[in-house]
Amino acid sequence: MPGLIGRKIGMTRVFTDEGRSVPVTVVEAGPCTVVQVKSQDSDGYEAVQVGYGERKHKRSARAELGHAAKAGLDAAPRLLREFASEQGGAYEPGQELTVELFEAGQRVKVTGVSKGRGFQGVVKRHGFAGRPASHGHPMSRTPGSMGPGTDPSRVIKGKKLPGRMGGKSRTIRNVQVVRIDSERNLLFIRGGVPGSRNSYVLIRK
Amino acid sequence: MADILHQLDMEQARDDLPDFAPGDTIKVLYRVREGQKERIQVFEGVCLVRRGSGMGETFTVRKISGGIGVERVFPVHAPTVGGVEIVRRGRVRRAKLYYLRGLRGKAARIKEKRTFRPH
Repeated sequence: MPGLIGRKIGMTRVFTDEGRSVPVTVVEAGPCTVVQVKSQDSDGYEAVQVGYGERKHKRSARAELGHAAKAGLDAAPRLLREFASEQGGAYEPGQELTVELFEAGQRVKVTGVSKGRGFQGVVKRHGFAGRPASHGHPMSRTPGSMGPGTDPSRVIKGKKLPGRMGGKSRTIRNVQVVRIDSERNLLFIRGGVPGSRNSYVLIRK
Repeated sequence: MADILHQLDMEQARDDLPDFAPGDTIKVLYRVREGQKERIQVFEGVCLVRRGSGMGETFTVRKISGGIGVERVFPVHAPTVGGVEIVRRGRVRRAKLYYLRGLRGKAARIKEKRTFRPH
């Protein structure tokens, strides 16, 4: 089953009938169009290419327009993404996918590009403890020792050090779809979702 | 995009509560579930503060129960808040009445708000 491409709107909360407050991220998902169906025979793997949004005509390359035209679209999609699909999946180019793909209560995976934090130290980036703030300690958020000394005579690969944080594609799994609003193409996903408001997210089963 | 969020909040927001403000003495009719049965619990006291916006708005009610100050925070839009009744309007000069926590008895009184009504 393919997924949907959407845009993160922001967070709010909804109340259940028992009065429990549920934090939700609102995502405007779809409507998406199936642009291309890849199969074992044609491409060597099974996938469905899905398009979202519309790109201005003058900003689209002719190749993009031609590719979109095969699915019966007038404009090139703003974003194309592939979703792995099972063999013999009944999807056709030009087919429209909406939030109806999902149902309330279902568990999904959500992929987005996390917020970029820039160059961060080890305390923020890897959750190191730093030194105590008081009782006579010098102020310090350093990474500390680089590891064993003379024996390896090198720093082990993968050592957690300061560096660029965030701005990476991240997937959260097993999150619940709390509610769907098919009129406005909205998905209410329990809890947070990677990325800033207005950023693109992929929702998969 | 934030408009959609605001719109969603407006749809879910309730408008059945009276317009109460900090300083007012109010009765909160709180729905309590006990097993299968549901009953209504009344919490009466002074509204200290309304804070937050949208669906996250809450209000705090303080009362003196058995000589001990008790405060409860209720979400404005939760369905478990069955209703709010205004017992008395209070005249106060600030939005957050936290200073009441340090006062008791006579000192913790709030003047009643007199609104001009012709005839």
